[in-house]
Amino acid sequence: MDWFDKFPQMSRSGLREFKKSVDFAFTDFSRTYGEAIEGFFEPLLMFLVWFEKFFINTPWPIIVAGILFLAWIGSRSLMVVIGTFLSFMLIGYFGMWKDTMSTLAIILVATFLCISIGIPLGIAMSRSNKIQTAVIPILDIMQTIPSFVYLIPVVMLLGIGKVPGLIAVCIYAIPPIVRLTNLGIRLVDKDVLEAADSFGANYWQKLFGVQIPLALPTIFAGVNQTIMMALAMVVIASMIGVKGLGLPVLQAISNQYLALGLMNGLAIVILAIIFDRVTQKFGLRMQKYRNEGKD
Amino acid sequence: MMNSKDILIKVNELYKIFGDDDKSALNLVKNGMGKDELLEKSNCVLGLNNINLNINRGKIQVVMGLSGSGKSTLIRHLNRLIEPTSGEIFFNDINILNLSQKELIQFRQNNMSMVFQKFALFPHKTVLQNVGYGLAIQNISNDKWSEKAQKWIKRVGLDGYETYYPGQLSGGMQQRVGLARALATDAEILLMDEAFSALDPLIRSEMQNILLDLQNELHKTIIFITHDLDEALKIGDRIAILRDGSMVQDSDPQEIIMNPADEYVSDFIKDINRARVIQAKSIMTPTSIKSLGATVKEDMVLEDILQIMSDSPSKPVTIKNSKGKIIGKIEMVNLIEGMKRPKSLGTNITG
Repeated sequence: MDWFDKFPQMSRSGLREFKKSVDFAFTDFSRTYGEAIEGFFEPLLMFLVWFEKFFINTPWPIIVAGILFLAWIGSRSLMVVIGTFLSFMLIGYFGMWKDTMSTLAIILVATFLCISIGIPLGIAMSRSNKIQTAVIPILDIMQTIPSFVYLIPVVMLLGIGKVPGLIAVCIYAIPPIVRLTNLGIRLVDKDVLEAADSFGANYWQKLFGVQIPLALPTIFAGVNQTIMMALAMVVIASMIGVKGLGLPVLQAISNQYLALGLMNGLAIVILAIIFDRVTQKFGLRMQKYRNEGKD
Repeated sequence: MMNSKDILIKVNELYKIFGDDDKSALNLVKNGMGKDELLEKSNCVLGLNNINLNINRGKIQVVMGLSGSGKSTLIRHLNRLIEPTSGEIFFNDINILNLSQKELIQFRQNNMSMVFQKFALFPHKTVLQNVGYGLAIQNISNDKWSEKAQKWIKRVGLDGYETYYPGQLSGGMQQRVGLARALATDAEILLMDEAFSALDPLIRSEMQNILLDLQNELHKTIIFITHDLDEALKIGDRIAILRDGSMVQDSDPQEIIMNPADEYVSDFIKDINRARVIQAKSIMTPTSIKSLGATVKEDMVLEDILQIMSDSPSKPVTIKNSKGKIIGKIEMVNLIEGMKRPKSLGTNITG
């Protein structure tokens, strides 16, 4: 009755061999293809570096003016613009300008990447139940697996640096935009689609003329979530060499610098709030037609 | 055989069965199995059962039935929003069911347009863009389609609302947009799926008048779905009645009131005000000799004839046709007989 009391597990040596073989296989893989993969991401790295330099090297008043302008375009709300202005003044005054710019750069690049991969993927999912069935479990894994676990293979392949950080951020941040694009398109009113059909709209006319425009508010909620999640990854990404507001937080944790941690943490929060308010207001304005019902 | 010039659409032995195993269910239905039994035995829903229908060019064909009778399913076969299980649908000489996807899209763009019960307007497009939609997707230039759309917006009385979104309009106005959108493509056939059912009675009657006005001018072939008999009688040139996916009766509106085909139909018509819908020609005694009383037109309803006859009840009225020729007479006794409900098929009709 030994098997009843103790779970019949693999022998210790067998287990060790198994782990070893997986590790070796992956090490081999990264040795063989590591360089090629790194080469593949080279343009991304160059873009990211250029973007970060652009943010850091541009004189601060111009950056602030640009951000305020975008905040106004997005939200059309004076409150949001004033809030943004004060926030950036505070961040700069407390000496976090450069780190904030680095973080802003990586967040924007990550968001851009997530949108350009996530929206087409979400559209594909909405068109085909097979693709949806295949992709949903992958998204589930991406959202639930502890970030540190996928940091291991990413770092093994690409080493420490900006690109692995960016990839880690994207893995964590991309699911909402994919899910909500899919959902938004699937929720488009069947009657309206039938009307488009009855007038002889073809596949693409329906997709780009009816389904995507009507799904935009939902898609935009996905963009909003993606940005928020990317910001949440900043600290973890700093562990593998991404500069920005995450790094001081990391130092603060290991050295118990309360003020440093708090300041940088709050700066991340402020960025998140600004992004959130601006994108949410923008999303609301996109569905203006829904809110102007007469009776 | 089907080339009689007046017939624009001809539906032949159309069957639709919803379910996985529709082909074998079709055999069961062709062997006489009914809707309930089919659902029980093969888990398929009988949508349409052997529908044969000729739709005349330039006329309003009403298709009536209670909900679930298959009327919306039938109309969606005409532009193939639903594919049939078996059967034929001819538009002129073309079997619509043989069209390729590309031809079908062309056909929908050019020959048929549709008005929906819940309007189905594009909420993100303005009134102008909605009305022009059918044209815009045909790659017609912006100027051209907006000019045309503008014309139809004006025609349905929505001048000045071009830049509004559908959500900002009332139900009646929204359906005017729906109507204008359908008319803007100049399609010969107009499919109207309970187009006015969602509107309140006053607006509905107003929309019916708009439709009749337009029809006087445009002479479209209109297939109009409704569950409302008054509406059917008001606008229909012919009325087909569906029940559980089968055609029960397809005839002239007067014929339906005077000679209901079965109990289901007489049940349908039992609540209508017969004096207000039955016309002189349906109850007159044919004759070419002038009678003693007044002379009235053949399409005058009994209510109005009663008004005239009440002055001198003993004098029969003379009926003339649209060309002024005397074709019959009506006596008081005919009037009373006409207003009485017919004892259809010897069954008792109870309210």
